[in-house]
Amino acid sequence: MRRAGLWILTAAIVLYSLFPFFWILKSSLEPTSSVIGAVKGLWPGHPTLTHYQAIFVQGGFGQPLLNSTIVAGSTTVLAVVLGALAAYALARLPMRGKAIVLGSVLLVSFFPQIAMVGPLFLVFRHLQWLDTYQALVVPYLILSLPITTWILTAFFAQIPRELEEAAMVDGAGLWRTLWSVFAPVAIPGLFTAAILDFLLSWNDLLFALSFMNSPNMYTVPLALVNFRNAYYVHYGQVYAGVIVASLPIALVVLFLQRRIASGLTAGSVKG
Amino acid sequence: MASEQPGAAAQGNRPPLWGRRRSVERKRAALGYGLVVPALLALGAVALYPLLYNLVLSFQHHVLTEPGTNAVVGFANYVALATDPAFLGDLVRTLGFTGVSVAVEFAAGLGLALVVHQSFRGRGLIRASILIPWAVPTAVSALLWKAFFQQQSGFVDFALTHLGLPGSHLVWFNSPLLAWVPIIVSDVWKNTPFVALILLAGLQTIPRELYESAQCDGARAWQSFWRITLPLLRPAILVALIFRTLSAFLVFDVVYVMTGGGPGTSTEVISYYNWYKFMVSLNFGYGAAVALVITLLALALAAVYVRILHTRGDLT
Repeated sequence: MRRAGLWILTAAIVLYSLFPFFWILKSSLEPTSSVIGAVKGLWPGHPTLTHYQAIFVQGGFGQPLLNSTIVAGSTTVLAVVLGALAAYALARLPMRGKAIVLGSVLLVSFFPQIAMVGPLFLVFRHLQWLDTYQALVVPYLILSLPITTWILTAFFAQIPRELEEAAMVDGAGLWRTLWSVFAPVAIPGLFTAAILDFLLSWNDLLFALSFMNSPNMYTVPLALVNFRNAYYVHYGQVYAGVIVASLPIALVVLFLQRRIASGLTAGSVKG
Repeated sequence: MASEQPGAAAQGNRPPLWGRRRSVERKRAALGYGLVVPALLALGAVALYPLLYNLVLSFQHHVLTEPGTNAVVGFANYVALATDPAFLGDLVRTLGFTGVSVAVEFAAGLGLALVVHQSFRGRGLIRASILIPWAVPTAVSALLWKAFFQQQSGFVDFALTHLGLPGSHLVWFNSPLLAWVPIIVSDVWKNTPFVALILLAGLQTIPRELYESAQCDGARAWQSFWRITLPLLRPAILVALIFRTLSAFLVFDVVYVMTGGGPGTSTEVISYYNWYKFMVSLNFGYGAAVALVITLLALALAAVYVRILHTRGDLT
């Protein structure tokens, strides 16, 4: 009885999470006339791939996918390197003011993203950075670096010190110890932080909307909201784009769910 | 992120064993500062500098379409803002949205966490399926639910029509009040999983023995929940609430994508207003004043929560 109840709940939760995707998938497979017309049923009538073809051939949706990959990838590398260096010091090295450093990093994550838009726009305009990748890679550090530093500090602190101490006693220098003893154990933590950084930068709309004007610099979320001209929204293309944009993320989640869940909660809850 | 500072305890103040050890320690401390500096510089450049720049801008008349007029105007922008009915209206709407969406997300997230915490075979399935809404861009979740609530072609219309319920062929996005429904539904759908995961992590730290001994003492399930689960879950609850409250207070993407603040300004929120002043009106002086006020409000909200964490002794 209780088991059956749990399974019904499970089914309801899964349905609730995934049904909107099914609905937009169905709409994306319908010809334009039915996309905006009254619904005939739960299954697409006259299924067609026109909209998928349209977003890639006429819509050039490959470019935003490439742009997002470059931008999110660069931010991830930068945030993980900077965050890991800081986190190692915070977790391992004897220094004063750790609480201040961690506190100010946390404070930055409370800064409203919207407040950065105006000043950064003026600075990037002055530097002629608008419509360049760096205009997104650099500010995405606001989103990614604080959480990276926190996750990695918590993660590094859990790695037993004995390994490194033994290596040091055996005469290995600090860098040698870091590279051959610490790094291999730290990789799962780095990977977890990297997934979250990648998702955070991939998902941003606000900065992309403000700093990217030319369509060939659009990121995925920005391209999705711009499948329209002055008079007309191409719903079929929007829906096809939403499905294309969601697929890689769904795959990432399916394969890495455990890691994502642990990264989200690392450092946020005692214990 | 209310944990103890990681490493602080482990690091400790070990007595120096001999002189060489002491100089090594000093070198390691110097190295520590060296390793922290790049991250701090990066955050200073992308977060602190813009904030200070806002302060300068907010005392100027700085409109990009009127070149050469960056005159210092003192507190004029702030005075105008204090009596700006548009901003005050947006602030009220934003607080309303925050209250409703965070309350629903908390209740649903707690329920979800309690379900997943029952160890049974469906856990992985639930976790994977709720992480997908959390992981997709907000632009995607907004577009999904926009399609869902679309007149005629949307599922809601379809379902209401077929069930013979009132409200079919409603144009949700044309009504000042009803336009909030898809916005809140989309926000709840996307963010409840975050709350659930944080609370689930909290639930997993509560020792099972507590429940067992409570059961031996004849406690009912709801008593255990009220007396054991909720108090021990408090740190996790507060952490989830801090992050959800702040990001709901700063909501932008879902409003921009679904309604653009409309119809009229009935779904306009403060972040949208601020973005409009910056990027559409190109009024960087006034926009900066709005930005600073929003920053102060956000930090005040965060401070309230952190204070609660502190005084309850949940944060050590």
